[in-house]
Amino acid sequence: MADFITLKDLWFSYDPENVKDRENYILKGISLGIEEGSFVCVLGHNGSGKSTLAKIMNLVCTPTSGSVTVDGRTITEEPDEDTVFEIRGKVGMVFQNPDNQLVTTIVEDDVAFGPENLGVPSEEIRKRVDAALATVGMTEYAKHSTSMLSGGQKQRVAIAGVLAMQPRCIIFDESTAMLDPQGRRAVMDTIEKLHSEKGMTIIHITHNMDEAVNADRVIVVNDGRIFLDGTPSEVFSQEKKLREAGLGVLQVTELFGMLTRELGMKLPGGITDNRKGAEILSSALKNGKN
Amino acid sequence: MLRDITLGQYFPGDSVIHRMDPAVKILASVVYMVAVFLCRNIWSFAFILAASVFSTAVSKIPFRAVLKSMKPLVIILLITTFINVFFYEGETVLVSWHFIHITLEGILNALLIAVRIICLLIGTSVILTYTTSPIDITDGIERLLKPLAMLGVDVHIFAMMMAIALRFIPTLIEETDRIISAQKARGADFDSGNLVSRAKALIPVLIPLFAAALRHALDLATAMECRCYHGGEGRTKMNERKPKAGDFVLLGAFVIIGACVIIINKYAPGFNTGSVTGA
Ligand SMILES: Nc1ncnc2c1ncn2[C@@H]1O[C@H](COP(=O)(O)OP(=O)(O)OP(=O)(O)O)[C@@H](O)[C@H]1O
Ligand SMILES: [Mg+2]
Repeated sequence: MADFITLKDLWFSYDPENVKDRENYILKGISLGIEEGSFVCVLGHNGSGKSTLAKIMNLVCTPTSGSVTVDGRTITEEPDEDTVFEIRGKVGMVFQNPDNQLVTTIVEDDVAFGPENLGVPSEEIRKRVDAALATVGMTEYAKHSTSMLSGGQKQRVAIAGVLAMQPRCIIFDESTAMLDPQGRRAVMDTIEKLHSEKGMTIIHITHNMDEAVNADRVIVVNDGRIFLDGTPSEVFSQEKKLREAGLGVLQVTELFGMLTRELGMKLPGGITDNRKGAEILSSALKNGKN
Repeated sequence: MLRDITLGQYFPGDSVIHRMDPAVKILASVVYMVAVFLCRNIWSFAFILAASVFSTAVSKIPFRAVLKSMKPLVIILLITTFINVFFYEGETVLVSWHFIHITLEGILNALLIAVRIICLLIGTSVILTYTTSPIDITDGIERLLKPLAMLGVDVHIFAMMMAIALRFIPTLIEETDRIISAQKARGADFDSGNLVSRAKALIPVLIPLFAAALRHALDLATAMECRCYHGGEGRTKMNERKPKAGDFVLLGAFVIIGACVIIINKYAPGFNTGSVTGA
């Protein structure tokens, strides 16, 4: 399928007037295409520029040089307001701290906030809000106070708020990082549902590698550059490079690496799936016994 | 401890008062407050108290919740009662000992002022804050202040700021609780020493609180931008409200309550409050 978002030789600094050396920019010559309908995970250590990259994609930050193309519209310099709002409506964003993205006190009012800003007619907003709350499974909380919800529920309301703008792509910027395992599960299920049932393009920024295993594609950002880019098994099998980028390694991959290196076992590399790893390991151990 | 404050707490519901147009409701609560201040004798106070209890029943807000909301008022009530009982210059002296003179009028006056404060609280919370979501209140204010837009005042921004402030009260209260616990865990002492040292002990709470508030504000601003917020221009509303005939009937009811108070003041005999401290 065609790319929904394309970045071409994108350089960005929050303060380009004072940062003369392009080597000190936050994003350094990124070229990237995000295919429509794909599920992309972005990894990288703290401060590597992941959030900035996300903000470029929905024009909260405008490129210092280079271009962004969203859904066929190319933006190079200062875009006009209408274009900006059109693109922000198409590329929604959900953040990390659930407390800092809900604008109003009542759940359904908050979900309505986006379409209200877009000037959607009242009856249409009502329909969108009901549909969005149903999608994230929060219909029964429509009239509740946002401050009484759990972290996971708040995040799902935030997702509904983005859905009500009817975007084609949603960027999740560490949206599961502050949640307990249960809340995290519920939010991940919602994200996966948006991808598989609604065919939405998902960009998921995370520190949790386990969440990246099932993605279509994993991108590792390091120091403002794209460091690794490929399928999860291509990326996660590169143990050394991952460490270089300040990231850990999946537990299965690490275990397999150690078994091969220290015990001299003959095991395939590039295993990223726990279950598959367990199967290979158990058959290898059985063979060893006989 | 901070969580007990029920400031701006909303009880969702479906009573007549809940369904009233917020802008009209704000007018109604102003009328009601004026009525409470107009009360001058026992009968009008009894009437307004009955009216507030009746409104509470109509709003279907549990009486327990209303009583609970009065907790922070206890101190104010005690102080005004004390001042009135001991310092009111009445005629019917009940106790006279050295410089203390307790008069019947003083006691009555104290009682009436307590009733006034209680009625103000019941009235405004039942008519407005308990039955109207904060967003509706700000929506009401926005519509009432619309005429100011002609003078170049950006009413929408003003209403938005209020709505966000209300939204962040619980978040910041939680944050304060967390900072206090964190400082206590590091040995901070908030409960002993004189006033100055206690105030000083609060500085390590206030500074991180400010920092947190700024962080919240920056994040929220980005989140709002991402959701295409750009001021009031071209903005629509999910619940576009227009006052209906029924709203004005209810407003009329409150005006009648006020009129009754004036009539009772004038014609019913009995003790009149003087102008003393409190309310
Ligand atoms: N609004 C801003 N103004 C100036 N500099 C900023 C701003 N936001 C981020 N930065 C800087 O940009 C760099 C990259 O930040 P960014 O938030 O994109 O990193 P990140 O990969 O998302 O990190 P994290 O994992 O901590 O979220 C950091 O050095 C940060 O200090
Ligand atoms: Mg980030």
